[in-house]
Amino acid sequence: MTVPDRTGSVGRSYPRLDGSAKVRGQAVYADDIALPRMLHCKILRAQAPHARILSIDASAARRLPGVVAIITGRDLPIRFGILPVSQDEAALEEHKVRYVGDPVAAVAAVDEETAAAACEAIEVEYELLTPVMTIEEALKEATDEPIQESFSRRRDNIHRLVSYEFGDLEAGFAAADHVREDVFFFQGNTHLPMEQHSAIASHVDGRLTLWSSTQVVHYVHRALSRVLELPMNRIRVIGAVHGGGFGGKTDPFAHEIVVGKLAMLTGRPVKCTLTREEVFYAHRGRHPTLLWYRTGVTRDGRITAMHLRTALDGGAYGSYGAASVFYTGTLQTVTYDIPAYKFEGVRVYTNKAPCGPKRGHGTPQGRFGIELHLEKIAHELGLDPVEVKRRNFVKPFSRTVNWLRVTSCGLEECTAKVLEASGYAQRERRTGHGMGFAISAYMSGAGTAIYWNDMPHSEVQVKVDRTGATVYCGAMDIGQGSDMVLAQIAAEELGIEPRDVRLVTADTDLTPVDLGSYSSRVTFMAGNAALEAARKMRALLVEAVADRMGVADLEEIDVGGGRIGEFSFEEACVIATTRFGALSTTGSYKPPRIGGPFKGSGVGPSPAYSYSAAVVDVEADPRTGIVTVGKVWIAHDIGRSINPLLVVGQVEGGVYMGLGEALMEEQEYRKGLHKWPSMLEYKSPTFLDTPPIETFLVETIDPEGPYGAKEAGQGPLLPVIPAVNAAVFDALGVWVDETPITPEKVLRALDAKAKGKPPRHGPRSFPAVPYGEPIRVDPPARDDLRVGAELEAAFGQTPGAH
Amino acid sequence: MLRLPRLRYLRPASAQEAATVAEDLGTRAMLVAGGTDLFPNLKRRQFDPEILIQVPSLPGIVKEAGGFSLGATVTLAQAAADPGLQVFLPGFAEAAGLVSSPPLRNAGTLGGNLCVDTRCNYYNQSHEWRKSIGFCLKKDGEICLVAPGSPRCWAVSSSDTAPVALVLGATVELTGPEGSRMIPASALYRDDGMEYLAKEPYEVLSAIQLPAEPGVRTAYVKLRRRGSIDFPIAGAAVALKLDGDIVVSCRIALSAVASHPLEVPGAGEFLAGKRLDQEAITAAAELAAKPAKPLDNTDLTHFWRKKMVRVVVEQALAAAAARSA
Ligand SMILES: Cc1cc2nc3c(=O)[nH]c(=O)nc-3n(C[C@H](O)[C@H](O)[C@H](O)COP(=O)(O)OP(=O)(O)OC[C@H]3O[C@@H](n4cnc5c(N)ncnc54)[C@H](O)[C@@H]3O)c2cc1C
Ligand code: SF4
Repeated sequence: MTVPDRTGSVGRSYPRLDGSAKVRGQAVYADDIALPRMLHCKILRAQAPHARILSIDASAARRLPGVVAIITGRDLPIRFGILPVSQDEAALEEHKVRYVGDPVAAVAAVDEETAAAACEAIEVEYELLTPVMTIEEALKEATDEPIQESFSRRRDNIHRLVSYEFGDLEAGFAAADHVREDVFFFQGNTHLPMEQHSAIASHVDGRLTLWSSTQVVHYVHRALSRVLELPMNRIRVIGAVHGGGFGGKTDPFAHEIVVGKLAMLTGRPVKCTLTREEVFYAHRGRHPTLLWYRTGVTRDGRITAMHLRTALDGGAYGSYGAASVFYTGTLQTVTYDIPAYKFEGVRVYTNKAPCGPKRGHGTPQGRFGIELHLEKIAHELGLDPVEVKRRNFVKPFSRTVNWLRVTSCGLEECTAKVLEASGYAQRERRTGHGMGFAISAYMSGAGTAIYWNDMPHSEVQVKVDRTGATVYCGAMDIGQGSDMVLAQIAAEELGIEPRDVRLVTADTDLTPVDLGSYSSRVTFMAGNAALEAARKMRALLVEAVADRMGVADLEEIDVGGGRIGEFSFEEACVIATTRFGALSTTGSYKPPRIGGPFKGSGVGPSPAYSYSAAVVDVEADPRTGIVTVGKVWIAHDIGRSINPLLVVGQVEGGVYMGLGEALMEEQEYRKGLHKWPSMLEYKSPTFLDTPPIETFLVETIDPEGPYGAKEAGQGPLLPVIPAVNAAVFDALGVWVDETPITPEKVLRALDAKAKGKPPRHGPRSFPAVPYGEPIRVDPPARDDLRVGAELEAAFGQTPGAH
Repeated sequence: MLRLPRLRYLRPASAQEAATVAEDLGTRAMLVAGGTDLFPNLKRRQFDPEILIQVPSLPGIVKEAGGFSLGATVTLAQAAADPGLQVFLPGFAEAAGLVSSPPLRNAGTLGGNLCVDTRCNYYNQSHEWRKSIGFCLKKDGEICLVAPGSPRCWAVSSSDTAPVALVLGATVELTGPEGSRMIPASALYRDDGMEYLAKEPYEVLSAIQLPAEPGVRTAYVKLRRRGSIDFPIAGAAVALKLDGDIVVSCRIALSAVASHPLEVPGAGEFLAGKRLDQEAITAAAELAAKPAKPLDNTDLTHFWRKKMVRVVVEQALAAAAARSA
């Protein structure tokens, strides 16, 4: 792909198009929408972690003045879920509740207070079942009955088991000079978006319209169609202005379906905005995860084999869990070259709010473990951990043992940048002060769609008429700035300014499909689709202008600075419309097949990986155990930064979120309940608690990204967490082998050290899990970069899965 | 969102009128000043009054002979930024400036801070949450969930300014329907998570008198997870008088380790007559920490908090000593 010079809009820092509206309070979020005759909805939620519903009596509630409708599970019996393999949720549960917060009944009333009073007046009779609150309990045979009795044919609470062996593990370990085992625990945490989930539905003339704060208008569209039994052409889903998701609004949710149903029943618009506490119950956040590593290395620290086991606490429902379990293991290989790799993972159901994708989706746990594990290996060998990591870096343009294709890779550049800027090698050595280094990689969009199909993942239309240009795309701007990126790409190609491009996004009636804002896919995929559509439009404009100018060679027509040839852009639009009639072009993007020839190879491949490296500086007080982060240096391989201001914003956001996970955030349960479902008691750093962050953008110009761009939304969170733990070790000589690093854990580790025990605090063992026989996969040739049909053709000859 | 219950809101013209109305209305009404403590609690239905009585605006900060008089409606931000307090009673200004967050300090008052409800993470939860886990003694229930065998509530006194008021020997003015009375700040509190104030519910705390004795150095050290917003999970207030480096007198009080601001006279008395060196500080802190009994009902673990009491006392002693008299 040719890289245009930077006189256009790509590569320039524009502030967000909607910045002013958001700062001035003009932006209309879902909860700001008020329609005439609107009703308010409240959802009655389970007050026991695990129970059968014996009866629901809503008669008293129905008699309350102002109550218009009450529905229960009987009104919405069809189950749904984001993944086709996990259709295990009901909008309202009819027979059983699986966590405190599970939706049971919903009320539509004239105002929120009345709806809340009606919920309080609904009598639910429960038969209590034994709650399952830990991974260990979930692995055992269920006391009463499994949590998801109809979605598991097992007597225990195991949801998913995966087991793979890539390459010859035994030979790998045999070649090792040194083998080490470690166990880690990554605590669960939640997204904590500023805006609570909110949805409002209206049913008019047989058509349902839903405005929602969602990351995935398309998947909400599908779920509404399924559960409400309406064809998709009768439903319109509009993504309202978004106040933050981070993965927490990537599932279809009960309240979205409930307001749809209530609007259909009452003939009035119905709105439901979750309380902050309910947002903690909607969750879909980070899976608490136990990790066990066994790795063989040569004397000089080169990895010969790695065996990873993970166990994920999934909460009560599937959500993205079947994918999350893969993500704890699959991406280990795109940062470090692992010649033989065995990965076994299990996800269990527990009676807690369902876990799912939070920024980094499954990979922060594995990243945390592998970075600390390699640090320990290096210390044991008497080598510099940074050097050991560097020796094992993957090579750009190579294929990993588990068939992932690595293209552009700026790991080395990122590492060099942060080491230099932080002065890591010359850092002050004193008890209580330390620095830690870690790296990471993340996908620029998943290589496969959530439900199997061969259609594009992103579709874009560009329309030009006598009034100018408009871009239509289903992509949802969730604050990351995807609207700005689409405008910049169209502006670049059409030679105009981004603010002169009109955007219509995230409206299923008006825009072509984009799968959604998850998996860091929008800039890469919708961006590529926009690029294709805009280039086609540019060609039409150039052709019409050339024709009018009497120029035969289209190359002679310059596009840029608001002009096409000798005409202004507006004149060019008139000329082209006169010449061709109505003008509309389209673009679409679908990643090629990248995964290997084995079942489950669809999770992990991405058309490009971003890379990051971070150094964290801490003060760790040996007396109190309090860890204070002084500064974070982070370098991110963005491929090409279309808008550096937005990219730096994403990187800083990732760092801040990573620090919260490293030092304080905990989705803790006590007596079957979430311990602190509030913004005050669930500790997450505010901006006053965030240290200075110095960001470096590394541009490797990826061959497949739009203008060479890759992702920025998730990757930069990943290295921050292990870098904090490594810095604490550097400061105090003890390991906290779990998140978050609370002061007490630091003191416990120091105490262990003082008593001559291993200088650490963390899990001691990994539970026995019936993983079963692994799927054995022969590794590809490391320089085999084929994708798509070429790759598939090769599967015939390569001995793939046994 | 969580909504306030429907309330009537009264705005009496004076503290005395407020007290009169409050007495008449009894348990149907509550006093409110800045509302930064009460409003979230009402949203969670921790109280169910029908009527709120606004504490009327009272005089500001007045420097008097021997100290300061502060109207109860002085905001925390005003107290923290007051040049007189910063010079003469820096420990008090410091405590006010460490309460919650900047916006809440602009609304929250000193009177509200001295009367702030005791806290417990089984109690500062929504009605639905408390119903799910089972209501506790402090509201609607029969048992304490932190200490199930105990007949009393152990909710935590979480005011940052109260321990400083105690060590300064402050006096508070309580206004009732019949007029005002003055009591020592230490007499305002009871060691009970539920009935934590030893005043009539209708009495308005109208003013606080802070003596500023020459030579007294003050400091307040607060422990919390996030410096930006959190309540204390342990804190130490110190008022120290030195002659050279010999301690003439010393008072120490703790926040957030009991149901009342906890003065630890033994530790202060121990220091009197001693040279304030590291050894003395360590020993005094050890003594001060003894009566602290944090329970598992705030942020972070109570084992750790118990250990940290010594640390905050040491830090407060050192900070006070380092101040110019
Ligand atoms: C997020 C958050 C963080 C906080 N952090 C802290 C903290 O770190 N430290 C801390 O100490 N507090 C903290 N608070 C609590 C509160 O903000 C402060 O204590 C504040 O000073 C309370 O003052 P107010 O005027 O808002 O009180 P209000 O909310 O109006 O009243 C509090 C209580 O005192 C009573 N009351 C108020 N004024 C009088 C009076 N004059 N006479 C008699 N009774 C009265 C009320 O009836 C009520 O029971 C926090 C609150 C929040 C929401
Ligand atoms: S200490 Fe016990 S009684 Fe008091 S609020 Fe907490 S749980 Fe309730």
